[in-house]
Amino acid sequence: MTYLSVHNLSVRLKRGEPLLRSVSLQVAAGQVHGLVGESGAGKSMIGKAILGILPRSIEISGGEIVLDGVDLLSLPPAERRRRIGASCALIPQDPLTALNPTRRIGPQITNRLVDILGWKRQAAEARARQLLLDVQIAEPDRVMRQYPHELSGGMRQRILIASAFAAEPKLIVADEPTTALDVTVQKQILQLIAGMQARHGTALLFVTHDLGVVSKICQSLSVLYAGKVIEDTGVRRFFAGPAHPYSAALLAATPKYTDPLAGLNPVPEAVLSAVQAEVARG
Amino acid sequence: MADLYTITNLHLSLPDMTRKPLMGHAPRLEILKGLSFAIPKGAVMGIVGGSGSGKSTLGRCLVRLLTPSSGEVQFDGTDITNLTDAELRPMRRRFQMIFQDPMSSLNPRHRIGTIIAAPLQLHGFDTIKPRVAQALDHVGLPRDFDQRYPHELSGGQRQRVGIARAIALEPDFILADEIVSGLDVSSQAQVLNLLERLVRDLGLTLAFISHDLSVVRRLCAQVIVLQSGVIVENRPTADLFADPQAHCTRELLDAIPLPDPDQVWL
Repeated sequence: MTYLSVHNLSVRLKRGEPLLRSVSLQVAAGQVHGLVGESGAGKSMIGKAILGILPRSIEISGGEIVLDGVDLLSLPPAERRRRIGASCALIPQDPLTALNPTRRIGPQITNRLVDILGWKRQAAEARARQLLLDVQIAEPDRVMRQYPHELSGGMRQRILIASAFAAEPKLIVADEPTTALDVTVQKQILQLIAGMQARHGTALLFVTHDLGVVSKICQSLSVLYAGKVIEDTGVRRFFAGPAHPYSAALLAATPKYTDPLAGLNPVPEAVLSAVQAEVARG
Repeated sequence: MADLYTITNLHLSLPDMTRKPLMGHAPRLEILKGLSFAIPKGAVMGIVGGSGSGKSTLGRCLVRLLTPSSGEVQFDGTDITNLTDAELRPMRRRFQMIFQDPMSSLNPRHRIGTIIAAPLQLHGFDTIKPRVAQALDHVGLPRDFDQRYPHELSGGQRQRVGIARAIALEPDFILADEIVSGLDVSSQAQVLNLLERLVRDLGLTLAFISHDLSVVRRLCAQVIVLQSGVIVENRPTADLFADPQAHCTRELLDAIPLPDPDQVWL
């Protein structure tokens, strides 16, 4: 069943240039959908628009964001925030800046449960302890008393994953959750996210520029260029042979250690100008 | 070919401030535990390892941002292990560094032209303007970029500025510490191709630190694999990939997700 459905979503700088051009995509419960593209293509912007956390200078100029059958954009702001807060969560890119450096880990996980969802503090703490065990943190009680700077990057990202799943969200937006980590830690974190997502049956929107990662954890993906969806397809079909020349060029840029000659080819100028013309035509 | 760097039994330990008692010295934490290797002139040497393996620390010893506790670092026949800052200063032009995060290694208040010119002025070069222009040419950025600020550039362009700043000094050696890990695949490809070309055209020697073996395979002729401060492999790239010996090399390879949905990975 489709949990999140975005129709013709357009986002622009206030009275200025467009940043997302009529983007449509769907994510079903229990599915992982990848958002792929170069930096600046608008991948993170889609996640931010869905979660209602666009910067003040940017506005939604058209389209629908349908979450569980309700168009979020038709709701009054307070009601929209309540719905998003109760059913969505974010796993951010940079685990250092996403945690408050002046507060201990424990309250940073439990606050949302207590303040927004009205849980009792003790219940929230018990839940946090369980979640930290789920993300393979061996001593949850000690970690909950620590500050972010006392923990490694991988540990911090585990904590953010735990806190994203804390309130049993139906949709999680993961915004490049492993780009700041090295490959071995990246693998552990992806295993965790995929495992938690499958157990909880969450719909997951996974923003990344790494097609290797997409091929491992997504069932479907959208390729973006300059705020426009260039290709929206299933993972198997995509890796068997992308339909759009730009997607094919992106795949050719992805390095492969099994073949020293494959990969790391920049997107050719001709492909770039063709896709730019296509975006300009609308 | 002659060796540009000869490293003999390099040790480095730093005080572990998290376990420092209230009075007295902090216990020493051994980071590099007796490394010996050589980097031939004109070589592209990969230095790989998991996080905390000491690869960046090793790099910083090579360009003497850190002073080894013992052992010897020889650069082009000169022992630079224990040179003072003043003695090192005239030599620093010859070994340059490119950093991982271009946003924090470029001063946000300075224009690109000023950023590239600063080390040139420091080392007493004359004819600075043409050298800046030439460096921009080398990295494929338009010359009028010297008037821009770092925040006006994309990640790939910023990393090119980092490269331009390093090569403007006409160094013999460049240390590139994880310079593409923050970039998307297409900018990664551009920056690596650029680096490959510059090494060839300018006759540079390069040490390339990375945790991503697929990038290393493409760029480097020889690879050193580090694990907790010890060299576990030092072999030509082709051999290493054909038959990885150390457990940690295997682990680093297995951690890379190939763009192929059929590979069993998670």
